[in-house]
Amino acid sequence: MINLTINDQKTSVPAGSTVLDAAKKLNINIPTLCNHPDLCIAGNCRVCLVEQKGARTLIAACAMPVAEGMDIHTNTLKVRNARKHVVELLLSEHRSDCTKCYKNQKCELQSLANEFAFGDTIFLDLVEDHPYEIDRSSPSFMKDDSKCIRCQRCVRTCSELQYISAIAVANKGAHQKISSFHDRPMSHVVCTNCGQCVNRCPTGALVEKTYIDQVWDAIYDPEKHVVVQTAPAVRVALGEDLGYDPGERVTGKMVTALRQLGFNSVLDTDFSADLTIMEEGTELLTRLKKALVDGDKKISFPMFTSCSPGWIKFIEHKYPEFLPNLSTCKSPQQMFGALAKTYYAQKRKIDPSKIVSVSVMPCTAKKYEADRPEMRDSGYKDIDYVLTTRELAVMIKQAGINFRNLEPSHYDSIMGDSTGAAVIFGATGGVMEAALRTAYEIVTGREVPFNNLNITPVRGMEGVKEVTIKIEGCTDDWKFLEGAELKTAIAHGLTNANKIMRLVRQGKSPYHFVEIMACPGGCIGGGGQPIPTSMEIRKNRMKAIYSEDEHMILRKSHENPDVIAIYKDFLGKPNSHKAHELLHTHYVEREQY
Amino acid sequence: MENNTGLNKVDLIFEKIDPKEVLTKAFEMTNEQIIQEVLESGLKGRGGAGFPTGLKWKYTASEKDPDKYIVCNADEGEPGTFKDREILDRVSYKVYGGMAIASKAIGAKNGIVYLRGEYRFLLPQLMRELELFHKMIDEIGYDFRIRYYMGSGAYICGEESALFESIQGDRGEPRNKPPYPTTSGVFYKPTSINNVETLVTVMEIIKHGAKTYNQLGTKDSRGSKVFSVSGDTPTPGIFELELGMTVQQFVNEFGDGDTKAVQVGGASGFCVPRKKFNETIIGFEGVPTGGSMKLFNSSRSMYNVLHNYLDFFAEESCGQCTPCRVGCQQLLKGVQNVKKGDVKSTYLNELVKLAETMKVASKCGLGQSVGNAFRTIVENFREEIIY
Amino acid sequence: MYQVGNLVKELTEKHGRLRESLMPILQGIVERHSYLTDEAMVEVAKELDISAAEVYGTASFYTFLDTKVRGKYVIRICKTITCSMKGKGEIIETIEDMLKIKVGETTSDRMFSLLETNCIGWCHKAPAILINDLPYTELSPEKVVEIIKGYMHK
Ligand SMILES: Cc1cc2nc3c(=O)[nH]c(=O)nc-3n(C[C@H](O)[C@H](O)[C@H](O)COP(=O)(O)O)c2cc1C
Ligand code: SF4
Ligand code: SF4
Ligand code: SF4
Ligand code: SF4
Ligand code: FES
Ligand code: FES
Repeated sequence: MINLTINDQKTSVPAGSTVLDAAKKLNINIPTLCNHPDLCIAGNCRVCLVEQKGARTLIAACAMPVAEGMDIHTNTLKVRNARKHVVELLLSEHRSDCTKCYKNQKCELQSLANEFAFGDTIFLDLVEDHPYEIDRSSPSFMKDDSKCIRCQRCVRTCSELQYISAIAVANKGAHQKISSFHDRPMSHVVCTNCGQCVNRCPTGALVEKTYIDQVWDAIYDPEKHVVVQTAPAVRVALGEDLGYDPGERVTGKMVTALRQLGFNSVLDTDFSADLTIMEEGTELLTRLKKALVDGDKKISFPMFTSCSPGWIKFIEHKYPEFLPNLSTCKSPQQMFGALAKTYYAQKRKIDPSKIVSVSVMPCTAKKYEADRPEMRDSGYKDIDYVLTTRELAVMIKQAGINFRNLEPSHYDSIMGDSTGAAVIFGATGGVMEAALRTAYEIVTGREVPFNNLNITPVRGMEGVKEVTIKIEGCTDDWKFLEGAELKTAIAHGLTNANKIMRLVRQGKSPYHFVEIMACPGGCIGGGGQPIPTSMEIRKNRMKAIYSEDEHMILRKSHENPDVIAIYKDFLGKPNSHKAHELLHTHYVEREQY
Repeated sequence: MENNTGLNKVDLIFEKIDPKEVLTKAFEMTNEQIIQEVLESGLKGRGGAGFPTGLKWKYTASEKDPDKYIVCNADEGEPGTFKDREILDRVSYKVYGGMAIASKAIGAKNGIVYLRGEYRFLLPQLMRELELFHKMIDEIGYDFRIRYYMGSGAYICGEESALFESIQGDRGEPRNKPPYPTTSGVFYKPTSINNVETLVTVMEIIKHGAKTYNQLGTKDSRGSKVFSVSGDTPTPGIFELELGMTVQQFVNEFGDGDTKAVQVGGASGFCVPRKKFNETIIGFEGVPTGGSMKLFNSSRSMYNVLHNYLDFFAEESCGQCTPCRVGCQQLLKGVQNVKKGDVKSTYLNELVKLAETMKVASKCGLGQSVGNAFRTIVENFREEIIY
Repeated sequence: MYQVGNLVKELTEKHGRLRESLMPILQGIVERHSYLTDEAMVEVAKELDISAAEVYGTASFYTFLDTKVRGKYVIRICKTITCSMKGKGEIIETIEDMLKIKVGETTSDRMFSLLETNCIGWCHKAPAILINDLPYTELSPEKVVEIIKGYMHK
């Protein structure tokens, strides 16, 4: 342990801690900007400056390792003056049109300005000296360079967490900026639209592309029947933007709020998540059968899950030779979309051209996914608008809804039923667990051999998890799997996905089935989730997801009554011709720049 | 002025020596003996920062990791400095020799020279000479290899950690310190990074002995150093001089009779006005310099000088940290507006405060030293800056 | 625009495929072709298995690793203080007149580009320029005309 004093208070912290860590321990607040708990230390914004006795310069608390006997002061005149200058300098390069800015009141720069730089600044306006551009090309997010403070959080996110580096720091000096490859539009580079950078940008420089106004227009259009679906991870995070602590479940209140907003039908992506399990589980078993029984050489393993559109775009760019290994299942959002304008329309006797299909997602990549040309199997754009969790919170505030006082209510029927298996889709390992709960039962006629159905080895925040399930006691149809060991792996965050893909490319992957989610922690850590994010926050959301599962009566996808009904009334059986038409898709090889 | 040694020309750096003899002598010493000798010589780094070379080696030597590096900083980007080019051109064998001695002292098997892109034309010759050097140490039986990395036009890459980033194939953005290079340098290995001239000086120290060497110079600035003299002077060029002279003595030798200011240490150094020539010693006790000495006569506008420097920094800052990236732009635009009369002349006082902030708040030496020239020019030539 | 062809492969054979090979490879391309095309940067990214944005980010940090079209001969005029004091302006005007281009431009036959640069380490022989790798110093308008003529006839 290292002993030091901060503002004359003694503390000791483990070696390797930073001055910032030590200050936190003493409950001393030091402002930060470039620092982010998920990312490596940058030390470039210089907002966290503090004075160290005996040092020639001020030091950056976030980047300075503690040393024995350090004597730190965080609130001297020198510190205050420097901080004020630093914030004012940032503002002088920054187009501060806060009242029009999407990040107004949610902006870290703005809060700092509020603390340190109110009133007149001595600095000259540099905004017009910079050729700032706004890139609106991505369907998922916008990049406004005039709001960027060069903290490089986005760049670190994209390289450290996502192993993509679609954006990097370019140029030097006054011309330094965050740039895609040679300033190409974000829609034309390797960006997966995962929105992890958006989630960590402290300012309005990276924000989701919002469709709030379009959704309001649809709601107020008497001609339109507006259906909304909500993804599993939204219900455990929405509360954070409405004054709740991370990890509080607000499912019932959210449903009520959606109804009050004026959606004609409030439905659940959980329904199509269960459907995904039926389709994907069947696909996996069919592939196993083809390979093991029919000796089909074209089937290669592992099979990859396909419900994360950021992951899909990643593999399309980076490992296109393995596109055949991807499950052909659409994501739950898109399955839902294809069915809303077919099955649901038929059942409710509504002209599908009058249906506006909205989804609320923890994800920015889903906005992109909805725009893919493949996603029109209903004969219409299957999903019209995708809102993030954050946008839904904005709409709830716009509507003046007093969220805390809402009575919880239930989803509407037809595509509103859910199981615990669907809910856990929101966390890394969830799809795997749900798939195993169902597939094991199909093959053996028995429940998975885990206490209370909780397949705990697939859970948790470890980057890559490996789980082997021994299949025993197969029913007659599945005898060829008797005694087989199903090898699975689970990765979340594309850097971890890349580790698995390397193995696969080297021919060293032992796996049969691999679940990959583009975002850290899975959808609970999605790019559309409330800001801020951190490991602690994601863990709380994850806990909430599993407790939601535990509280469900139905915990296995194949028991979802709406799912049973749709196979009976509409689809026939899993992987039927009709199911293929509506619920499956294909992928596109993309360039690697 | 007790420390004043006067202006004395010296011929050590370019002196012809037998490298084999010096190296053989060095390799017979233990690494502690070498470090002790260099410590005793009082040698401080010639790249500008002036850190005691022996101490740097001692720290690097004490690191456990056996994979260590000696890096020669030949990025020489400071405006007004050109002595390292001349040294490499004329006595590269002494640079290589100094690296070999350093490698022995710190326990490194590999040396790297980082040469600025502007000097690429020297590379073929330097490689030939390097081959001869490798042959020579093979003959002595010393296991050590040097390789070259080239810069490509970025002043900041002279900053040691930016230089490592550049060698590693990245943008030359300075790192957070600590850790210092001696524990985590190039390829994150313990590294001693030394200026071209520092390394040559070590050869001379080993040859002549620390006791002889530290006869030269003053208490705080031992030895001699090579000066790059340019600007308004009848005799521009490269001169090796004993440390410890006053600016006045320097101007007596190199001025054109009308010198109004000397910029000591390049754009990141200090501007000394005529009225302070007498009281200012060139060296670590006065104004330190990596060797750049620029003379300005009364026909020159110090506004133009300042503007040129600020333009340089606004371009050559790596751009990562706020005080330096934005501060340079503010200083530049600020003096432009003062000159145009768009803002009051008192605005200069605000800018001086900003320069003070840059000094204490910037991440690396570039941003920290922009204020040197700014403050000294504005303070001494205020009337030339204002409208 | 040039075709990179096998050059990137040749350079990776020579310098390796590590991140530290990036600078020598980019320098090698520029040595041959004066600047980096998007195609060349993508090729390098593929060979080194890094993102193209990072290749661009690194290249754009360095003044000499141009990503804009440049002529066969790149003339860089030092604009730092001593050269500025010692007649850099005149030299620029002379070259601009002679080649009919402004600073930052390239001749239509793609033979010459005219750029400014920071101190190139010849202040005692100012004004100084670089043409590709080679320095020319103590320039006068007459001298620079002769030098450039020499390149025209190369
Ligand atoms: C902006 C900046 C530029 C520098 N440029 C050089 C340089 O061109 N050559 C050099 O030797 N040192 C340069 N330095 C100093 C180096 O960081 C380092 O201190 C030096 O190479 C150490 O060698 P020395 O101890 O032998 O002087 C620079 C420092 C800064 C902050
Ligand atoms: S990014 Fe922040 S400071 Fe800038 S305009 Fe938006 S809210 Fe205001
Ligand atoms: S959206 Fe994801 S892939 Fe695209 S730039 Fe941001 S972090 Fe990188
Ligand atoms: S875009 Fe946002 S995260 Fe990226 S550097 Fe700019 S302000 Fe920081
Ligand atoms: S002080 Fe300037 S050069 Fe140094 S790290 Fe900061 S921006 Fe880069
Ligand atoms: S938070 Fe410490 S430098 Fe940015
Ligand atoms: S100022 Fe032009 S070469 Fe140094």
